[in-house]
Amino acid sequence: MELLVASGIGACMAAGIYLILRLRTFAVVLGMTMITYAINTFLFATGRLVVNLPPILHDGDAAAYTDPLPQALVLTAIVISFGMTAVVVMMSLGAFIEGGDDHINMPPDDREMPPLKTIDDRPEEERA
Amino acid sequence: MSPALIALLPFIGALLPGLLVRSGRSVAAMACGTVTLVALLGLLLHIPAVMRGEVITARIEWLPMIQLNANFRIDGLSLLFGTLILGIGLLIITYARFYLSRTDPVGKFYTYLMLFQGAMMGIVLSDNILLLLVFWELTSLSSFLLIGYWRHLPEGRQGARMALTVTGMGGMAMIAGMMILGQIAGSYDISDILRSKETIQASEWYLPALILILLGAFTKSAQFPFHFWLPHAMAAPTPVSAYLHSATMVKAGLFLMARLWPVLGGTPEWFWIVATTGLVTMLIGAVIALFKDDLKAVLAFSTVSHLGLITMLLGFGTREAAIAAVFHIINHATFKAALFMTAGIVDHEAGTRSIQRLGGLRKLMPVTFAIVTVAALSMAGIPPLNGFLSKEMMLYEASHLETARLFFMTVATVAALFSVGYSLRFVFHVFTGPERDDYPHQPHDPGFGMWAGPALLTVLVVLIGLFPNTMAGWLVDASASAVTGESEHAHLALWHGLNAALIMSLIAIAGGIILLRRHEPALKSWESAPRPEAKVIFDTIVRASVLAGRWITDKFNNGSMPRALSFFTLTSLFAGALAWYTGDAGPATRPMLPVGPIPFIGWLLAMFATGSMVFFHRVRLLALVLIAIVGLITSIFFTYFSAPDLALTQISVEVVTVILLLLALNFLPKRTLIETTTPRRGWDACIATLAGLGFGGLCYAILRRDFAFDSISGYMLENSYKLGGGDNVVNVILVDFRGYDTFGEITVLGIAALAIFALTQTLLQGKSSARLKNWVHDQRRAGDRHPMMLVIVTRVILPISLVVGLFIFLRGHNQPGGGFIAGLVVAIALLMQYMASGYAWAQDRQNIPFHALIGAGVVAAGVTGIGAWFNGKPFLTSAYGYVKLPFLEEFELATAMGFDLGVFLCVVGAVMLALNSLSRIARQAGETVNEKPMDIDLSEEQKGAH
Repeated sequence: MELLVASGIGACMAAGIYLILRLRTFAVVLGMTMITYAINTFLFATGRLVVNLPPILHDGDAAAYTDPLPQALVLTAIVISFGMTAVVVMMSLGAFIEGGDDHINMPPDDREMPPLKTIDDRPEEERA
Repeated sequence: MSPALIALLPFIGALLPGLLVRSGRSVAAMACGTVTLVALLGLLLHIPAVMRGEVITARIEWLPMIQLNANFRIDGLSLLFGTLILGIGLLIITYARFYLSRTDPVGKFYTYLMLFQGAMMGIVLSDNILLLLVFWELTSLSSFLLIGYWRHLPEGRQGARMALTVTGMGGMAMIAGMMILGQIAGSYDISDILRSKETIQASEWYLPALILILLGAFTKSAQFPFHFWLPHAMAAPTPVSAYLHSATMVKAGLFLMARLWPVLGGTPEWFWIVATTGLVTMLIGAVIALFKDDLKAVLAFSTVSHLGLITMLLGFGTREAAIAAVFHIINHATFKAALFMTAGIVDHEAGTRSIQRLGGLRKLMPVTFAIVTVAALSMAGIPPLNGFLSKEMMLYEASHLETARLFFMTVATVAALFSVGYSLRFVFHVFTGPERDDYPHQPHDPGFGMWAGPALLTVLVVLIGLFPNTMAGWLVDASASAVTGESEHAHLALWHGLNAALIMSLIAIAGGIILLRRHEPALKSWESAPRPEAKVIFDTIVRASVLAGRWITDKFNNGSMPRALSFFTLTSLFAGALAWYTGDAGPATRPMLPVGPIPFIGWLLAMFATGSMVFFHRVRLLALVLIAIVGLITSIFFTYFSAPDLALTQISVEVVTVILLLLALNFLPKRTLIETTTPRRGWDACIATLAGLGFGGLCYAILRRDFAFDSISGYMLENSYKLGGGDNVVNVILVDFRGYDTFGEITVLGIAALAIFALTQTLLQGKSSARLKNWVHDQRRAGDRHPMMLVIVTRVILPISLVVGLFIFLRGHNQPGGGFIAGLVVAIALLMQYMASGYAWAQDRQNIPFHALIGAGVVAAGVTGIGAWFNGKPFLTSAYGYVKLPFLEEFELATAMGFDLGVFLCVVGAVMLALNSLSRIARQAGETVNEKPMDIDLSEEQKGAH
């Protein structure tokens, strides 16, 4: 079972990494969603795999429970990753509407640095 | 008054100008002056105790874990510096009231000034070196604001930047030095450090600590080769120069050297580094000052020179030299502050500070002339003024050195000679000589308000010179005792008999007069001589660093996202592989679980969906469907492995995410074109496979091993019911044990939603707004926009899903559920309404603003947390009890429920706000608002049938 889980998580990660290396925003969003699945399940799995022992207490029952801590961490992680996916989607949508295409790379024009301002305290006329 | 309060008062005062400036600058000045006066009186009240040799302390625990405590002390040294800072501060506040013009933003000026004053007081009163560092950095920042106060002047801005760069870098070095010092001494309290001289000087880390701390002190006190920032800082308004650069900031370095003198001083390293630096600085400053044309530049370099003098005295390491250093600090502050203020008066009244354009002001400005003459003669070291006394003591100490005596004597005499030269030049080239008719303004003496301050200081110059023991002896004794740690009694006198020091003094005076007479040819040869310009070197270094920084950034990030991400992936892989092959993971101890047929089918489905998703990712709609399958399998995975809460969350988030992506896809291209070459895709696939293998392998390795350390989960399982009152441990962790984390997370979620809202807001304006207005949809529209089936079914479902939401919310504490899941369920129920009848139609039927919902959620969670304070418990401690209502089973009420309510509101608000944003974009793109809930109007048809 452990092998299946690990291979599934690895496959999700591989798919996610491949997709975030694409050139269009939508593929990158999909890739990030896949990576999210991989990471969340991985974090959950650090509590080790346990079947049929949910972390719900029963009065007087001393039976073993599964590790609740990774579950609590992953629960908020799922919700936060939804928030982040929403932000990224809106950013890609905004970029597409504003710029007219959904390329992920920075256009060469945007990479131009402003000229290095001379740090010079002589008055203007002397500098010229 | 408590030392802590004295340090705090100026910061309180910094708030007043902003509140009062509308009432006029006099009111603002008076408010600041009053606060300063109160602090000064509070300080002076401690004089009797300090004179008895007591140290007044105040200790407030701030961050005891890292030994950063707000500990303050008042001893002789703090008293001396505190008196200078507050006393001269009071004069400067008065002076600035008359100096600044109506157009200057006076409130800002006084705020900065008070901030600076507070930071300086903090430095001199600190009894903890970490606290001292905090104030040290504050002086750098507030002086940056003050030097650049005239923001319209490029000189001001550049001078401010340079001062911040130099003193800030020194400050960083000093942080490292102080850390080392504290580590050696085993305590960061100055009182403790002062007691561990032997340990510190015996440590092999003594020299690094010394050099790093001295870097901080030297940059702050403008010692060679860091002296160049001080003259450029003169672009500041004159009150600032007079305050920062005569009495306070530049003396912070001296203060530090004096403060740590007992533990760092007395070694050969200390002597050679500190005394030599001081000597060189004294000479260079004096020589350059003689040839400067700007009055303030003359004073700036003269300050550099005098700071060098004091540094050198501290470097000598003898108790007598320490007394002389302390005495010169007092004297220099009096005459230099007076001179700076008079330079400002000349500038203000005659309209220029250029010595070449001045001269002959004696009759026109008699009061100023008198003040300048006395102060400048004191600076030159002419008896019977106070400057003479301390300069004599300096020469005496130089002539009694045990090492390198002749060298120090000669250079000190030459420096004194130049010092006489520039001091006399200040008087003679500005005030004597023929009157001119080309002053930019017609000069005259200023009003009393402006000359009162310098005049008072000049009176002190004379009185300390004539009656040194009465006027300053006690202060010198107290502060020198604090420096050396022993009881000191200074013998201050005008006449010490005919000794080497007197002869050196006479040589200096005679030489200085000759030098002034030969000033013109000397100036010519000075100007023709080649010399390194510190400013040019500084600018070159800054320029080179900026270019290097740009180059590196550009090489690392060339605008290609895949490149950056593949670097990142490969680096992570490399780090992981390194850790795996160098570390020891231990043997695989956990047995594998058996695989049933159903989990195997689930695995097959997930693998198949993942593979097809990658294969078909260019067909975007199909990719969305496939990714949703992976999401569903994930929820089933959580169910199977005993995580019901996660399964519920995952499935509801899945629904919301897919809806959001679908709505966004409406505006995006529906297909991705192939733009990469096959080798490139192969390379990417390689990286991806490696990452997948690495990650999966790591996962497998973890799953097959037991915990290396005991997990903290045991505690949570044990105490979930006892402390949190809930059976669902996951929920109790979220709302109780780790409530603070959750509080942060809902805040982040809220911020994300607001960011989406803000992004939409900008999209609805400008270029993109026009694009949206002319939007051409590339998809065929559905004929039935609001299908009757959907409308009816969602209406029926709404109350049911709301009840389900409530049920999940209420049971959350004991059974799977809780605020997060309930919020998502309710949000989906609402989403369905919006989808069925259109956003605007549904929005008109409810009037809860979603921003407010997010805000209310964060507030509800916060207020619940604060509620614990009233029970004397820490933030977010929960309480619970059981309630019995008629007709219902006994149920539990926990304060955690209030917190969970906050989570719930925040989730609903965030999801709905994201949707709202997409809908607003759609409206801009021409989506119409329907008046009816659905396209087929049932009531109309009914009517027609009759």
